[in-house]
Amino acid sequence: MHPDHATPAGGAWPRPSENYVPHAHGPDEPPHTHPDPGVDPHQALAAGPRALRVGIGGPVGSGKTALVAALCRALGEELRLAVVTNDIYTTEDADFLLRNGVLPAERIRAVETGCCPHTAIRDDISANLDAVEDLEATLGPLDLVLVESGGDNLTATFSKGLIDRQIFVVDVAGGDKVPRKGGPGVTAADLLVINKTDLAPLVGADLAVMDRDAKERRGELPTVFLSLVEDRAATPVAEWIRILVGVRGPAG
Amino acid sequence: MRAVARIVAEADGRGGTRLAVLRGESPLLPRRTGGSSGAGVTVHLVGGAAGPLRGDDLRVEVTVGAGAHLTVRSVAAQLALPGRAGLPPSRLVVHAEVAGELRWLPEPLIAAAGCDHHARTHVEVAEGGTLLWREDLVCGRHAEPTGTVSLSTTIRYAGATLYRHELAVAPDTGSPAVLGRYRALGTLVAAPALPATVLPATFRTTSSAAIMPLAGQGFLATAVGEDIREVRAALDPMCGAAEGAPGGAPQARDGFLAVGDGSHRVHAPAKPFAEREIAT
Amino acid sequence: MSLATLLVLADGRLPAGGHAHSGGLEAQVSAGRVRDLDDVAAFLRGKLATSGLVAAAFAAAACRRPGRWAELDGGLDARTPSPALRKASRAQGRALLRAGRAMWALPPIGREPHQPTALGVLAHAAGLGPEEAAVAAAHGTTTGAASAAVRLLALDPYAVHALLARLAPACDRIAGEAARHADDAVNDLPAAGAPLLDIGAEHHATWEVRLFAS
Repeated sequence: MHPDHATPAGGAWPRPSENYVPHAHGPDEPPHTHPDPGVDPHQALAAGPRALRVGIGGPVGSGKTALVAALCRALGEELRLAVVTNDIYTTEDADFLLRNGVLPAERIRAVETGCCPHTAIRDDISANLDAVEDLEATLGPLDLVLVESGGDNLTATFSKGLIDRQIFVVDVAGGDKVPRKGGPGVTAADLLVINKTDLAPLVGADLAVMDRDAKERRGELPTVFLSLVEDRAATPVAEWIRILVGVRGPAG
Repeated sequence: MRAVARIVAEADGRGGTRLAVLRGESPLLPRRTGGSSGAGVTVHLVGGAAGPLRGDDLRVEVTVGAGAHLTVRSVAAQLALPGRAGLPPSRLVVHAEVAGELRWLPEPLIAAAGCDHHARTHVEVAEGGTLLWREDLVCGRHAEPTGTVSLSTTIRYAGATLYRHELAVAPDTGSPAVLGRYRALGTLVAAPALPATVLPATFRTTSSAAIMPLAGQGFLATAVGEDIREVRAALDPMCGAAEGAPGGAPQARDGFLAVGDGSHRVHAPAKPFAEREIAT
Repeated sequence: MSLATLLVLADGRLPAGGHAHSGGLEAQVSAGRVRDLDDVAAFLRGKLATSGLVAAAFAAAACRRPGRWAELDGGLDARTPSPALRKASRAQGRALLRAGRAMWALPPIGREPHQPTALGVLAHAAGLGPEEAAVAAAHGTTTGAASAAVRLLALDPYAVHALLARLAPACDRIAGEAARHADDAVNDLPAAGAPLLDIGAEHHATWEVRLFAS
């Protein structure tokens, strides 16, 4: 706790790091706090009794929404689950999920992004945080919240203030060079999903090349190949999430 | 010109309404119109002179006691005119205290080129009272620029401010955030609810008209139009439908109403709303 | 008063949800009332003189008397007939509080106040005065919609910023006028309405497909 300010009511203030040094405040200085550079101000994200938040990003048409639908089918029975969509056009992805009946309407929130889906998941995450909070307030404790990014480019990544883990989805139809091109999504996502493998022969994509390039870019971080046509439950991705939720323990 | 009009409506103790006070002076002359059938009475404001003009200072005071039903209309549009230069802006203050039911449905205010008119409205509706408050504005007569008008409206319900609105219109200030190129604006405030005969579900929100549930107990319907007919098409059905309420039978209006100096005519509906296609 | 602190508060990059709101512009673009830079200029001038003045006055008043935030919020409710605009203002107020709590020690305030109320309370907590709160509010009124104009109409960003520079004196004037009301009773604070913003916001809220939250 900052020594010269009282805790605000219900305050979620960051804890100063170990090397915090108090200093004196001059009389004409405005009152202020000191978010320590070593501390993430989003305190709630430190392990706590709240849902695991998994971001799902990737270029337009790579199959993010279909993956979310598959995960809802696979996990909807066993986990308390909700989805936040970030669309270019408001509710398109949310509507897809509703039409496919994978999740009841009250478990889906659409966030408007003002033409900039990457801003809403990275630079200004307030609307997404509000949506997650509202879902938790309405539905009670959740185990898992999937935050789907609007289709963007290879540079879009989620802020750690918003999510705990992120999945980046690319597809073989985008070309087998995508993993080699890298970009923060491909290199840093906690899970890389190479989707639509059933199309590989049709578009002349070499999965071995993609696998090799992905390993080179990502080091130890896992990559899975997926065809939602053949595996409607997105088994490897669902399994990866199950383990994360299991490690975390049930929400309060 | 200074003038005060005062209207006090009270329950007559037999389920009807009586006018305890009805007085005014030119150019504000209230006249009881229509028969005495039904629970309510209707008063028309009859303009006794052109205007308002610069320098005019007009005040209308309305009190509607508990159990009383009053409808106030005007026979012609109010035409704000320039008047003599150097005089202060014309001023109209309307103050209403409503414990019963007041339906304020006057003809539009027309801001003639060169006018400078300030209108200030304050309505206090007691809990249990009912209000329907219409204000229409036309910016300039046909093919002339608008004059300067400043409107300030405060409507309170049960001791809390329900609706607080100001609008300033002046030549060369058209903004697509405010009125754009539209020359007519109509607002209708209903408190605590829209008349039971009005179904918001049948009203289609467009890019030029909307019904809005206020944060407190009440509604605002707003419409803009190229001319007053478009505004009337959107808002009149809501006022017309209310004619079936205890306020009395609809007042048939003349097809054309001469306005102000007679140089301009405002088209008004030739029939009561119940008979117009738009109401069906 | 710290000028740098004011810049932090008024920075368009403040993560306070503003990027998802067009300040009513998307509705007017769709209605064909705003097509080019001149229309954007007229839109911004009208917005500044109406909702900008109201926002600035309430931000100034909330900065002067943060303990009266609830009463000021009621005043904004009475000045915001459109439920869509009330929702947008409260969503942005909530987002602003989230950012503000990370920066300064805020006095008690509700969970989802109107944006100008939240802005005034933040300004107070940051050691700024009513005039600074007002100028931040007026500035935010124009920059949010201007940034949306660049995205919606693909306007030249330099031309739009030239427009913002031309509007700066008007922003200052509006803020000055707003700050003079900082001590007024809530009913006497400015209430300049903008019918097309109200109607547009309501119409916008009925669309199935839209780019901005408001």
